[in-house]
Amino acid sequence: MTLDLLRFTTAGAVDDGKSTLIGRLLYDSKQVFEDQLEHVAAASERRSGAGALDLALLTDGLRAEREQGITIDVAYRYFATPKRRFIIADCPGHQQYTRNMVTGASTADLAVVLVDARRGVTEQSKRHAFISALLGIPHILVAINKMDLVEHSQERFDELVAEFASFADGLDAVTGRRPPEITFMPISALEGHNVVERSTNMPWYDGPALLELLEQVDVAYDHPFDRPARFPVQWVIRPGAGANGAGLPSSGASSAVPARGGADPDYRGYAGQLASGGLRRGDEVAVLPGGGRTRIAAIDTYDGELEEAVAPMSLTLRLEDELDISRGELICRPEEAATVARELAADVCWMSDRPLRPGGRYVLKQTARLASAIVDRVEDVVDVHTLQRTQPAQELALNDIGRVHLRTSAPLAFDPYTSNRRTGSFILIDQDTNETVGAGLIAAEAA
Amino acid sequence: MAVATRPQLSHLRALESEAIHVMREVAAEFERPVLLFSGGKDSIVLLRLAEKAFRPAPFPFPLMHVDTGHNFPEVIEFRDRRVAELGERLIVASVQESIDKGRVVEETGPRASRNQLQTVTLLDAIAEHGFDAAFGGARRDEERARAKERVFSFRDDFGQWDPKNQRPELWNLYNGRIKKGENVRVFPISNWTELDVWEYIDSEGLEVPSIYFSHERPVFKRDGMLYAWREGTELIEGEEVFNETVRYRTVGDMSCTGGVLSKATTLEEVVVEIAATRITERGETRADDRVSEAAMEDRKKAGYF
Repeated sequence: MTLDLLRFTTAGAVDDGKSTLIGRLLYDSKQVFEDQLEHVAAASERRSGAGALDLALLTDGLRAEREQGITIDVAYRYFATPKRRFIIADCPGHQQYTRNMVTGASTADLAVVLVDARRGVTEQSKRHAFISALLGIPHILVAINKMDLVEHSQERFDELVAEFASFADGLDAVTGRRPPEITFMPISALEGHNVVERSTNMPWYDGPALLELLEQVDVAYDHPFDRPARFPVQWVIRPGAGANGAGLPSSGASSAVPARGGADPDYRGYAGQLASGGLRRGDEVAVLPGGGRTRIAAIDTYDGELEEAVAPMSLTLRLEDELDISRGELICRPEEAATVARELAADVCWMSDRPLRPGGRYVLKQTARLASAIVDRVEDVVDVHTLQRTQPAQELALNDIGRVHLRTSAPLAFDPYTSNRRTGSFILIDQDTNETVGAGLIAAEAA
Repeated sequence: MAVATRPQLSHLRALESEAIHVMREVAAEFERPVLLFSGGKDSIVLLRLAEKAFRPAPFPFPLMHVDTGHNFPEVIEFRDRRVAELGERLIVASVQESIDKGRVVEETGPRASRNQLQTVTLLDAIAEHGFDAAFGGARRDEERARAKERVFSFRDDFGQWDPKNQRPELWNLYNGRIKKGENVRVFPISNWTELDVWEYIDSEGLEVPSIYFSHERPVFKRDGMLYAWREGTELIEGEEVFNETVRYRTVGDMSCTGGVLSKATTLEEVVVEIAATRITERGETRADDRVSEAAMEDRKKAGYF
């Protein structure tokens, strides 16, 4: 299946040509507006003299970035071709690289990993490929850049492909999931070769240009209609209860605020976004973690009732029986229910200066559920170079990724991240600072 | 149940669903949210998304407009009509009142604008009503500082945005935890482009203020932009008022929003025009962003949207 909206992520260091590549993609696909181009032309001339046009400047958003020639944070860019719309999560590669790459990858369907043809496969490229695979991105496009600086050599290209492929062979073992599909292509972002237009300098390469591939690539992962249905309840709609009553468990309706447009004051709908799969009117459903069962009486949307709904639609379900359901509970089919547990084993990407250690307490958010979580132990830390899990580990420091055992204050309904990105993910929040300090990918119920 | 017959979401419906999800998260996790409604196209879309998220119940938050007193009269008329249709509550925070109370000092001269002043009025209103989350219609494609902003944009108790220290935003798991006095600006249509907004307005059949369509009005030319003339406008020597056929791509203060020459009189024609344009909406129409390379960034750090 092709989607008409493709989200992809790029990551890279200051001088590996990432900003130039994105600038080139936007510029050559005529997505750069005249006033933006004037800004860039003026800034290029100030820095590099008359006639210079530094496409990298197109992507620098903040004053400090322009002044220091760095990229501070993930930026989101938008462009479209007649075939597809694109959202780029553009991640800087310095300092906070893991944090930024994980953030960008968490919503992406595809990753563009850059390799500098002169410098070879660096730790940065490896880390990006590993994180992309771990976060379940189904397709990695390895762009071997700066081919103009290695005389467009096929030999050099083949050498780097072999090196990267041998590294990538270890990905499935460490991530525990099917390896991503990897496509290699030789490009020169500076000259614009194989970015939007196919290159004439590399006749030995007969694959598509980068943009062509982005337009065609099949990315069905995050839109799994044939996966089990998962519907986390976000909000309870009860017109009879008034604004303040909605979203809370039922406690007897008050009639302080009249319903709009003659809405039934007894109306009770469970609102949320289908995380995966599809639901039909009349389906038998179970509500987790409690396990109560009922049937779907109606699938409501503002635009009318539906017979059937699929992910990622936002909807409101009405159920045949009055169950006491509140935010954070999960509606699914009883024969394909999610796991319910309070002890989890998960891979955690750590994003804080204060390390994660056994005994640490955090606020955990998974789907629409908040709970307290205590770290029982740190099992291992992944070495990104060798893709080995080193055991045992005492803590996860900033930018570490490792396997952690957690206990939560309330049971969670979840799936392993490898089978469901939405119900298998969580964030950890520091109780004191309220900072988001960790990204978690659930492996299984902890033994 | 053949897979092939399953409905597939268009990019516009996928963006819509994502935005509805964001709105429901805010309603559930904050005590006192508010939705900023200016009468402009982006906040018109927010209102429709709120209907889709919360009907048949009333919205679990009021609407608020920061009125500079220099808004287009057509927009104010539309604002009040739309709010009445929805049957929701509107709070008007007035820049004029902030001036009268001495909270801010009115700029003078022909280039006077109330654009800077509205940040104070906004922050005062947020404090007065104790709002802890405010929905805005800002989009990341609008401006390069906005390209860096989160969907949940954390503000400290001075209302400031710290772009170097934003919370990472993973999957669709938003961190809404704040301390008293802090607030979050929430941008449900962060991932929409200007064209998406117009296509959505068209597909939903939403009404927009008449100034978005081509019309003739008295204007004057300044810094290459066509500004609306109104009673009391101070002209600079050499400027003259003439009639021109224009429409507006953005709806801001009359004093800093320029019109564009256009013959688009229907939503369809506007969509065609936007699809073909080679200039960004802010570059073409907003004097407030032209002040410096980082004008928007500076205003955002001070508490602006």
